Amino acid sequence: MKIVVLVKQVPDTWAEKRLDPDTLTVDRASVDGLINEMDEFAVEEALQLAEKHGGEVTVVCMGPEGATDAYKKALQMGVDKAVFLTDPALAGSDAVGTSYALAQVLGTLEYDLVILGSEASDARTSIVPALLAERLGLPQLTFASKVEVDGTSIKINRQTDYGHDVVEAGLPAVVSVVEKINEPRYPSFKGIMAAKKKPVQTLDAAAAAIDTARVGAVGSWSKVLDATVTPPRSKGTIVTDEGSGGVELADFLATKKFV
Amino acid sequence: MKHPGGAAARRPMTDPLDLLDVAFLLGQDERDIQRSVRDLLADRARPHIGRWFEQGHFPRDLVPELGALGLLGMHLEGYGCAGTSATAYGLACLELEAVDSGLRSFVSVQGSLSMYSIHRYGSEEQKQQWLPRLAAGEAIGCFGLTEPDFGSDPANMRTRAVREGDGQGDWILDGAKMWITNGGVADVATVWAQTQDGIRGFLVPRGTPGFTTRDIENKQSLRASVTSELAFDGVRLPDRARLPHARGLGAPLSCLNEARFGILFGAVGAARDCLQSALGYADQRVQFGRPISAFQLTQRKLAGMALSLNTAMLLALHLGRLKDAGRIRPEQISAGKLNNVRAAIEIARECRTILGANGVSLEYPPIRHANNLESVLTYEGTEEIHTLVVGQALTGRAAYR
Repeated sequence: MKIVVLVKQVPDTWAEKRLDPDTLTVDRASVDGLINEMDEFAVEEALQLAEKHGGEVTVVCMGPEGATDAYKKALQMGVDKAVFLTDPALAGSDAVGTSYALAQVLGTLEYDLVILGSEASDARTSIVPALLAERLGLPQLTFASKVEVDGTSIKINRQTDYGHDVVEAGLPAVVSVVEKINEPRYPSFKGIMAAKKKPVQTLDAAAAAIDTARVGAVGSWSKVLDATVTPPRSKGTIVTDEGSGGVELADFLATKKFV
Repeated sequence: MKHPGGAAARRPMTDPLDLLDVAFLLGQDERDIQRSVRDLLADRARPHIGRWFEQGHFPRDLVPELGALGLLGMHLEGYGCAGTSATAYGLACLELEAVDSGLRSFVSVQGSLSMYSIHRYGSEEQKQQWLPRLAAGEAIGCFGLTEPDFGSDPANMRTRAVREGDGQGDWILDGAKMWITNGGVADVATVWAQTQDGIRGFLVPRGTPGFTTRDIENKQSLRASVTSELAFDGVRLPDRARLPHARGLGAPLSCLNEARFGILFGAVGAARDCLQSALGYADQRVQFGRPISAFQLTQRKLAGMALSLNTAMLLALHLGRLKDAGRIRPEQISAGKLNNVRAAIEIARECRTILGANGVSLEYPPIRHANNLESVLTYEGTEEIHTLVVGQALTGRAAYR
């Protein structure tokens, strides 16, 4: 089985992040980049499926030049090879543009299954998996907390608020995973040392046949017009209960339209 | 070429514990290995370590996970070992000891004493039999040199192996070993004994008739690791249990040099963890209306400790580079262990003072590290012996033998 796992490099979740006032995009230069946490679960799932069913795992990553930590981590965890899409024209792509670019890269690869994390910790749109499946014309099995592959079909548990749905589809398919699915392995020392020798193919937009008018800040369907820093939390209202506490609480919730 | 004072120089110090940006001197692999150890321990060990220490619990379940990561015998080649640089091994020890010296002690003994002794002095059969299992953490090893009456002076050990049948038969091993890390949980012990031909090493599997262990229960240090007494009462061993390439006291001492190398990095980890805790505490603890980190006396302590920590780290890294270049000398390892453990224990005690009364609680790491480092100061060559090793290197005169 040939599996492609998609990963994104994001700013360290724990670091203080800021928007670049000129481009209104995340200032990635001032913080350390690392693999999006949810993508580690996708990599782990891909590796477990390949270990179980045999096959090969390729990691695909799109990002600015030098943003190599995310796919390197995947290689260290055990993925066989990497494809890194990087081109200045891609900078500022929204989810629609990103899904187009990734679909074009996938067009250059052979695969039975595409796995990715359900969301990235930076933008948190959570719609790339669905957009990508649509562009590839493949079934989308999103928010998977369990994946089983049987020959030419795939079955997942889709995590929902009330439990899970069981969703089945034929291969090839696109699967997005949630954290519940597994426990990502720590890169072993052998894995870390072997990763350096694994093949990495770097593509620019032209090599992936990407129409640059459809990506980047220019080609994006959405635009960030303005950004303001979240104001510091104001002091809350303290209600001293003198018999009417419940009423006051209900009134407060009503003003916030919670009841 | 990047301009001096470029972007990196303008970027604020991201890690107050790495005042001198020693991380810049590390290779990518070394940083990645260090991070992998730190990440695993942050999830699997750090949340529990205070309790393990208090309850005197050695987390045996963790051993296969350390094996899967590649930590056990990591700087050895082949037989399932990862084959990293010595510096990477040192950095792994640093991260282990930043959690607890007991965990680092387990790994030191497993990799540098048990596995190294087999790897360097064992037969091919012994290597095949033990190293893959020890590397995977499926088996645990220990190393018996110290005796109840012979610590710094192992040459006079009483444990004795006598060969039967005109020097052609089995060996009969009698004696006792003391303060043996991993002893009670070990599947195989590397045991050093006097023979007619001087000191020789033997591999004694657990369960061999006449071989018993007793754990030392009442220690106030390294409580998250197992320390035991080994007793040998007429233990019969075939000649293939002997380490064929080990001759004389130099063999066990070479193993100890391997372990000390890990210790001189490990101590830096314990010190870093104490300073991290003290920095955080000093920022939160308000007295006289401001955080105690704003007081000059606290800052003097913090700055002094940061200098000491960072110079210890630079020393460790320098010795790592010497070892990887194949040119480290025993007195340099002595200098490193002497300086870094001394620095670490001073930092642990000073951090305890910043934490005030909270400093004596296991809620915070300094008292645990300080207690652990009391053992680390003494084992694998006491402070006194390492001082005299350096003294001998300087003067050419041995003051202790």
